[in-house]
Order: sequence, then structure tokens, then C-alpha cells
Amino acid sequence: MMSPMTIMPPQKLDSPPAGAAVMDAPPLIVVDKLSLYYGTSQALKNISISIREKMVTAFIGPSGCGKSTFLRCLNRMNDLIDNVRIEGSVQIAHHDIYSPDVDVIELRKKVGMVFQRSNPFPKSIYDNITYGLRLHGVKRKSDLDTIVERSLQQAALWDEVKDRLQTSALGLSGGQQQRLCIARAIAIQPEVILMDEPASALDPIATAKIEELILDLKKDFTIVIVTHNMQQAARISDFTAFFFIGSLIEYDRTRKIFTNPTQKQTEDYVTGRFG
Amino acid sequence: MSGKFKKERLDWSSFFFTGLSLLAVLFILLMLFLIVGNIVVNGWSQFSWGFLTRGSEGEMFDLAKAGVWPMIFGTTARVLLMTIFVIPVGVITALYLTEYGKASSPTIKVIRAAVNNLAGVPSIVFGLFGLGFFIQFIGQNMDGVLGRTEALWGKPSLIWASMTLAVMTLPVVIVTTEESLRSIPPGLREASLALGATKLETVLFIVLPQALPGILTGGILAISRAAGEVAPILFTGAAYYIHGLPRALTDEFMDLGYHIFILTTQSPNIEKTRPILYATVMVLLMLTFLLNIVAILIRAQVRKKLRSLG
Repeated sequence: MMSPMTIMPPQKLDSPPAGAAVMDAPPLIVVDKLSLYYGTSQALKNISISIREKMVTAFIGPSGCGKSTFLRCLNRMNDLIDNVRIEGSVQIAHHDIYSPDVDVIELRKKVGMVFQRSNPFPKSIYDNITYGLRLHGVKRKSDLDTIVERSLQQAALWDEVKDRLQTSALGLSGGQQQRLCIARAIAIQPEVILMDEPASALDPIATAKIEELILDLKKDFTIVIVTHNMQQAARISDFTAFFFIGSLIEYDRTRKIFTNPTQKQTEDYVTGRFG
Repeated sequence: MSGKFKKERLDWSSFFFTGLSLLAVLFILLMLFLIVGNIVVNGWSQFSWGFLTRGSEGEMFDLAKAGVWPMIFGTTARVLLMTIFVIPVGVITALYLTEYGKASSPTIKVIRAAVNNLAGVPSIVFGLFGLGFFIQFIGQNMDGVLGRTEALWGKPSLIWASMTLAVMTLPVVIVTTEESLRSIPPGLREASLALGATKLETVLFIVLPQALPGILTGGILAISRAAGEVAPILFTGAAYYIHGLPRALTDEFMDLGYHIFILTTQSPNIEKTRPILYATVMVLLMLTFLLNIVAILIRAQVRKKLRSLG
């Protein structure tokens, strides 16, 4: 269990791919033998995974298995925590993001993030969306207006807020706030969106909207989502990775993981026998 | 249910402690009423528009000629100047402690300990420190470097008194700012950083605006503490008497608190000049109150703005 598991290459899958395009999707994020330590305790063990472009990849596993920690390795949010040490490599679009010459700011522009608890800034809806844009030098009012509308449209929020863009974002409902956070993330045109349990604090209706949105967004973005909810992973993801105690146990097509997993632990987890 | 929920006995202990806490509140109110009442009753006869707006011109013990305008000016000036010095230094220190330094690092622990110790230092010690450090060390060396033969910076003045007060009130500003910084959800910082903001951008655009009401609370507490203090300015800028108002930062000034001390100890006839003393105390209380009200109104305005739009 502690030893790294073999990851099945997608070419040798039992289940046929859903379409040729899926097979052709090239890997965008390639992680090789990544280990992460908090001080002396090892939180991630030798993880290797290839995440495909314009696909939804779900990370599942019991609490404390390291899936969120791993997600945060992909935009270097773990840099903010003291005493974290990382070994191995993460390549995004053929660039090693842990190489010393990487500009973390540029990386985070390309790899956006949506958090578990919606965290809109205590500013207006408009200013929430334009925050990242202004930082990155977009100044023209007409440009900002266009991007605000486009981002809110993409996040399926435009119709609900178009008449109140200048009011506080904190006046929105929980589900709307989370969609605003998604709109804020896509406004700066990332290539990858990391989502850390984006619907875990929402009611079923708001959750359904977010899931619908994710399926829509994968046309334009590569999405990696951490979720506790196995039905959610099954509904929205193309690939699923199962983590357990810091190790990647199995990674395959979602259908395969949920119907015919190779590993016993995966089967136990997805059938609800533990976790 | 067979019980009738009827009260069968009095809960004496609750009764007793409710009464006790009420008594404590009444005691404090009574004290406040006695102090303020005593001051107003004794000072009212002397209190007038003329008293507020004229200087004594040397006749500070003359009931008809005494006035406190230069003291009102001096006290207000030193408190406002102090605010200008203490808030930036205090806020930047608090930012370092909460946003930049690692919580476990020895530097942070040393700074925290230093801040706590600073809060416990008696105010007369700050006065002596101001005299030794600001006037004799910095001021006199400035005069030397600038080639002045006559002391300009190297003597007690408004600026050194204000800086001494700023050092004294630094802990209050640091601690309240730190508290307000810590109450900002970490998620907001993460959201900003995840959008590709630098640490500085996150601090300037997300953290500081949210902390503003807390920073202003620190300012209010500093003003309350400093307005009535005499000891720190005794050697660093307050004058027994000067003609007219201070015109430069390097001038000495008259101060309400110090003037009360003078009226109490230097009067040729204490009984006769008592109304001047009481009226001056009344003015000091009113001024402190006024400065606080202004600061509180500013804070309320900032809060309103943050809530409505942010």
C-alpha cells in the first residue's frame, strides 16, 4: 500500500474510449514522482500522473489522503506554507513549474483556482472579476466591461447579476458566490482550473448548477477537481484518480474506476465499504 | 405531564450575582458622575468663550485674563502629529508580524516580547527616553551636521514631544492592527494570490482595506491615551509659558495637561485660582472627547463604505 502503484497508461484501457477526441487529448500536466513533506512527515508519496487537456479529472479519496495537498502543488499554493518540501517534478505544457526560473505569478495566471469555501472579495461583483485583470495590466474600461460580461456568461451568472454589478459580492447567495469565484478565475484566461471541493458547502440545487457549469467549461479549460462526493466525480469527470494515505492508488477513466477498478482499495472505496 | 412548571423556590445565587454586577455598574457610574459633576460645578463660573479663545499673556493666574487657547492648540497639535507618526510605523510593524514573518521564527517572538514590554514602561521613562534619544542624540547631531551654532533641533519641541508620544502609543496600534489583520479570512489572501497577485498587491488591495477599521480603532485608543499624558512631554516639548502659538515643528508649545499641573503647583493663591484649574480640566476632558468622537465618526464612515461596497 505504501509503495507507489503502477499507473495504467490510458492506451491499454479495457473500456473503449468515449470518442476518438478523448484518446487524442494530449497530456497537459505531467507529474513525475512527486513527494511532499511537512517538516519530516511525508504527506504525498511518489505520485506520478498525466492529466489530459480539456478534460475533467477528479481526485477522490477519504479525508486526509492528500488530494487537496496534491492539487495545491499544481499552482504552487503550498509555497505559502512554512516547512513544506517538495521532490519530483511537475510539468505543465512542458515547463517544469518548480524550476527556479519559474515566475509563480505567471504560473498562477495560467493555473487558476477555485476554493472549497467561496471567497469573493468584499468588493462589488464587477471589481471581483476585474481584480485579476487590473493586476495584469488590463486598464481600458471597455475591455474590462467585455471581459466581465463574458466571464459571468461563462460562469452562468450573468443573467442573475447583470443589473447589480456594482453591488457587493457578499450580497449573493452561497451558490452565486461560488460561481462568481469561478467567473473571477476564468476572467484572466487560465488554461487549467483547479477546483478544491467547489460544491461541498452548497445545497443540491446550487451543486447541480456548478456541475453543469464544469461540464460546460471543459470545452475551453482543463479542469482538475477534488471532491468528496463520488457521485459527483462519476457524473462530471472523464478521468478519476483515487488517493489513499498520500499515495495515488489508481488512475483511470472514470467509468473504469467506478465499474471495474483494478485495485481492491479502490473498489472498497467506490462501493462505500470505507472512507 | 404531572408537573405544573410552577416555580417552587427562588434561585438565590443567580439573584445575588445579578444584584452584585448591577451594583458594580452603578458604582462606576457614580464615580464618573462625581468626577465630572465636581469638575463642571467648580469650573463652570470660569468657563466662557473668552476663556477658550484667548491666551493668558503671562497672566495665567488672573481670573479675568486667563485663557487656554494656546494650550488647546498645543495639545491638539501634538496628538495629531503623534497619530501621523504612530500609525504608519505601527501598521507596518503589524503587517510584518502577521503577513510576512513566519509565526515560529525567533525574530517575531523577539518583536512581540519587545512590544509587550514597551506597553508596560511607565510614561515618565518615555519622557526621559525622548529627551535622551530624540533631543540630545538625534536633534543635537542634526544641528551639528547642519552646522548650526544655535540649537534648533537639539531642544524640546513639538516634533520631539509628538514622536515620544508615538513611541509610547506604538504597542496599542500594533496590537489592535494585528488583531484586525488576523480576523481577515485567510481565504481572501489565497484567492488574491491564486489570481496571480504578488504578496504586496494582496496586502495593499485586499488586506489593508479590510483592516482599516481596526487600524482606526488603534488610532482612537492611542489618542485617548496620549491626550491626557503629561510625563512624556515634560522634558521633550511642553513649555511653562510662551508668547503666542507655536509656528514651527521645532517650537515649544503649551499643553493642557501640563498647564493643569502648573495651576495646581505654581499658583500664588490656590483657593482664588481654583476656578481656572477646574475649567482647564473641563476643557481637557472635552478636547479628549472631541478628538475621540471625530476618530469614531471617521471609522464609522469607513465601515459603512466597506460594508456597502468594499
